[in-house]
Amino acid sequence: MPRVLPDLNPSPRTGRPRALVSGVASDSHTWNLVYLQLVCEEEGLDVVNLGPCVPDDLLVTECVDQRPDLVVISTVNGHGYREGLRVVPKLRARPELAGVPIVMGGRLGVTGRREDDLADELTAAGCDRVFDRGGPEDIEEFRTLAATVAWKADDAAARTPVQFG
Amino acid sequence: MAAGFGGFVTDTAASGELVVQPRMGFGDVATMRIGLLATKRARAATAGTITVDSYTRVGDLDSAAAALASGAALNGYPLVSQGVAANKGLLNGVRDATFPVQVRHGSANPVKIFEALLDAGLDATEGGPVSYCLPYSRIPLSQAVDHWARGCELLATRGQEAGREPHLETFGGCVLGQLCPPGQLVALSILEGLFFQAHGLRDISLSYAQQTSPEQDAEAVLALRALAEEFLAGVRWHVVVYAYMGVYPETPHGAASLLTAAAELAVRTGAERLIVKTEAESRRIPTIEENVAALELAGTAARAARPVAPPPSRTDSQVYAEARRLVEATLELHQDVGRALLRAFKRGYLDIPYCVHPDNRGAARSHIDGDGALRWADVGALPLDGLVARRRSHPVGSAELLDALHYVQRRHDGQEHADGGGRSDHDEGY
Repeated sequence: MPRVLPDLNPSPRTGRPRALVSGVASDSHTWNLVYLQLVCEEEGLDVVNLGPCVPDDLLVTECVDQRPDLVVISTVNGHGYREGLRVVPKLRARPELAGVPIVMGGRLGVTGRREDDLADELTAAGCDRVFDRGGPEDIEEFRTLAATVAWKADDAAARTPVQFG
Repeated sequence: MAAGFGGFVTDTAASGELVVQPRMGFGDVATMRIGLLATKRARAATAGTITVDSYTRVGDLDSAAAALASGAALNGYPLVSQGVAANKGLLNGVRDATFPVQVRHGSANPVKIFEALLDAGLDATEGGPVSYCLPYSRIPLSQAVDHWARGCELLATRGQEAGREPHLETFGGCVLGQLCPPGQLVALSILEGLFFQAHGLRDISLSYAQQTSPEQDAEAVLALRALAEEFLAGVRWHVVVYAYMGVYPETPHGAASLLTAAAELAVRTGAERLIVKTEAESRRIPTIEENVAALELAGTAARAARPVAPPPSRTDSQVYAEARRLVEATLELHQDVGRALLRAFKRGYLDIPYCVHPDNRGAARSHIDGDGALRWADVGALPLDGLVARRRSHPVGSAELLDALHYVQRRHDGQEHADGGGRSDHDEGY
């Protein structure tokens, strides 16, 4: 098993709300992650971008260490439902991450179509939102969500969990 | 006895045909075999492809085996987990002197995949220590260089022992799929070719992926040929062009127009082989029928583009000058090309725009210029003084990035359209 690299862009907790953007273990695509980083930054979030091919254990460790206000998992290689169903429960199993919003999106299956059953399973497994419609409406909704997280997390006095859907 | 991959391509090119090849991988043997046979029967000069699934690519053989056992859909063929008998059965009566098969994999540690393909009687594959590490893996570049050195030596030794000439293709001319200026793509292809040669390979292909400007792309392929002549003595080589690997057109006419342009680029520049894309590409992994249609379209477009004059030897272009500078600056850093590559990335002499791997400096930025050519917005530490004006780029926003990522799609679809979620980056399922 190859040695896993440390965090790509380690930065101390600055107090600004932060999103952690990540690919999944088997997915090597990068542009989706670069794009989502920019969207999050534009909506007022600092971003830790773990990049592509993130093994489950590294994603869990980074989330525990970084305590992001939002976890964004993006994948387009067709294994997304399967890998999401594997890694999201691992994140939720950590008490430190019980309340953090986790969202996942991209091209999650090999057919190119939304697979409702698998999307429901992902939600049941602890994913707050599944963006798998494959259109611009997903991005607009994600942008609004990121802005909401930034706004809520920024308001330190009102540090209540963000609710979705 | 099957002809070597390189020999087949060279002979086919000499007869005036462009070899066209799909990206194709299915989890089960039966579908994979149907896909290979359909490729073989397509009305074009074809070579076959087995693309491995992405669990196998990252070395997660447990997940590949589990998916295989449970019948879950995989995004490629699990070459290692299927085992030797299944792999030989897959190829029996399919691969022959008229139809060579290449394994495509995307792995930063390809040794197990190379063992499996050699065990199956195959001897052609692709990748590279840089191109399958920096954009697509998390392991340090130094480890990928070591893995690839071992992989090359294994492929060369076992393939040559069996009386064949094993073939390895660089993926360096395709890194990150889009927005890497052609000068660096050409340089990486040459440097990976030199790495393969240093580790025993004598039959190599050099890749280049179609970018944003047909004129600049032609300069790039001619620069690649000229530099291969200069740097790769004693090796049999050919050039493989990849149809655009970024966000693909969504309309059938847009996809056909882009693939036709890729075939014409290959023919005009004397490239011997073309990796096609299908009209389904912007949405999902294509079907066998869509792949056959793309192969036949590309074959027809290539024939229609002939006859052409032999391509000129171009060493007076901007792409050539940049590529040559990057190759020479890298090779000066160490006599071992693997060590030289490590130093070059450490110093930022090579630097892939937007690649987030820690071993990539990430200071260089690119942009699509007013004439459609892909140029440097910020050279970072690249040693391009005197060739590219130094300037600092402004930070790119999400809308600007999306606009650049969709430039080719828009141009070929003939409409203003932007979709945040298109499949992009590179190729197969990975």
